Amino acid sequence: MRPEPVEGFRPAQPAEDVHGDVSVDRLALADELAGTAADGSTAVASADAAEYAMRLGDDALVLAQQLGMWIARAPELEEDVALGNIALDLIGHARSLLHYAGTASGRSEDDLAYWRDEPEFRNAWLFEQPNGDFGHTIARQLAASVYLFELYSRLVDSTDPTLAAIAAKSVKEVDYHRDHATQWVLRLAGGTEESRRRMLLAIADTWPYVDELFVDDALVERLAATGVAVLPSTLRPAFDAVIDEVFAEAVLERPTGRTAFIASGGGRAGSHTEHIGPLLAEMQVLARAHPGASW
Amino acid sequence: MTSPADLSVVDPELSVEEARFNDLIAADSRIEPRDWMPDAYRKTLIRQISQHANSEIIGMQPESNWITRAPSLKRKAILMAKVQDEAGHGLYLYSAAQTLGITREEMTEQLIAGKARYSSIFNYTTPTWADMGAIGWLVDGAAICNQVPLCRASYGPYGRAMVRICKEESFHQRQGFEILLELMQGTEAQREMAQDAVNRWYWPSLMMFGPPDDQSPNSAQSMAWNIKRFSNDELRQRFVGMLVPQAEVMGVTLPDPNLRFNEETGEYDMSEIDWTEFNEVLAGRGPANAERLRRRREAHEDGAWVREAAHEYARKQSERALAAAGAVA
Repeated sequence: MRPEPVEGFRPAQPAEDVHGDVSVDRLALADELAGTAADGSTAVASADAAEYAMRLGDDALVLAQQLGMWIARAPELEEDVALGNIALDLIGHARSLLHYAGTASGRSEDDLAYWRDEPEFRNAWLFEQPNGDFGHTIARQLAASVYLFELYSRLVDSTDPTLAAIAAKSVKEVDYHRDHATQWVLRLAGGTEESRRRMLLAIADTWPYVDELFVDDALVERLAATGVAVLPSTLRPAFDAVIDEVFAEAVLERPTGRTAFIASGGGRAGSHTEHIGPLLAEMQVLARAHPGASW
Repeated sequence: MTSPADLSVVDPELSVEEARFNDLIAADSRIEPRDWMPDAYRKTLIRQISQHANSEIIGMQPESNWITRAPSLKRKAILMAKVQDEAGHGLYLYSAAQTLGITREEMTEQLIAGKARYSSIFNYTTPTWADMGAIGWLVDGAAICNQVPLCRASYGPYGRAMVRICKEESFHQRQGFEILLELMQGTEAQREMAQDAVNRWYWPSLMMFGPPDDQSPNSAQSMAWNIKRFSNDELRQRFVGMLVPQAEVMGVTLPDPNLRFNEETGEYDMSEIDWTEFNEVLAGRGPANAERLRRRREAHEDGAWVREAAHEYARKQSERALAAAGAVA
């Protein structure tokens, strides 16, 4: 059977079908890849909701960009697939969120991803911390996915229907991300002496960036008052409870004492660590070399 | 290496198993892992399937080069999905090869030691974004022409793996076509980028079908065993036939001034392929042979502590489970 032609393919072909005896399904890209809003709506975000969506979208985008670097470099093929899958989910979340954020100012998801500079990015510092070794990536994944799971679990009840729809789709995916990270924390902490040493170091290096996730500010207070946003501080107890459970099973502890630094944070206001500059430079270089081009 | 001459060696006292194998092949049926098979058939399949798996794994590299720089979020998502599919293809193929009695560790070791082959096409580099389009359109397009007939390969696990792989490859080829189409409809710089990539990948993609039929030593035996269904030259013709109308739609020029449809033969006439370059790359003197293996080796070595941890954790867990079962008993 001849596969259905895709737009742009001229159906006229020599008599022989190059696809032989295999019938190939017409492959439509999923809606999330095609860039529609998660609920298919064309709702326009308020200025505050747009700023909030940008924070969430930037968290997802920056993390996806980092995880994408593991593809073809992971410790085993199964992890090339798993980390790629997680990155792909996060890109989907980022696209929906940035698309929505852009509706307030007439900008597209790509305008926001490729044409904003460092101080205009609103991600928390955790997400821009470098991949490091696999242990560091897993420690960052644990903190990120447990936080995102708690956030989206609550955001499904947002009074903003677009945010609620995006959260409803994303929460199932970050639940898998959380499971993936948890399984690896257990394996690395309970595997060999070397893996345990690396896991401890990774937790210590990652934890300074956890507190920033739970800081409230005027924007989220305004949005939480009308039920649009979730107050980050209210997610902390649930986050700690999950982490404590994972750490108890892995025989790990939350870092304490003199080396338990807490980074000042500031990503929500556009102040960043030194890692985001090179990350954005790489991500944006081609798009910026061709202003106005479409891809 | 098996030569076609082996076919003529007919044992007058053919074993029952061998007669059954021959019957299955003659009936165009599937050979399954537990069936008896000649050693040479097994070896040919191990070589072919592991090379194919290795090609998927090495083939992730030239494209992963652009994941971080993809020029739109949609393209980034599609490219990530594609490279991830390739890892998945490598996994199914390694599994298919494992049913023939080789381990994934052995195949990985052979690859990173430089002892196992993979498709030479992946020793070319991807300097521009348009290479993502050209790889999809030309390289994956050539792979589809090669691989669709393999869905009917006589060895069951291989044929079944290929069915799934071909469906995904078809998507890969279309996304490559779309990338180039979009570039050709874009700015002058984008059109130049697309044409340049097609110029660089066209001939190497034709070489993916292997040497001309009269110089292809393993082909006859593989065809007799129903592993291979069409000759290298037949497949190359089909591929060119597929490309020509698509190139017209896009407005790219295929870089062969002598390419034209010959009404008399019903085939495309084309320039002689320059096999010198192919042989150079095959001999390890391509643009990125060293880089591709180095990176695979580094990923494998950097990940050793992780794999050891997973192994050790699994061992401890089963020990605990056994101890718990013992305590209950």
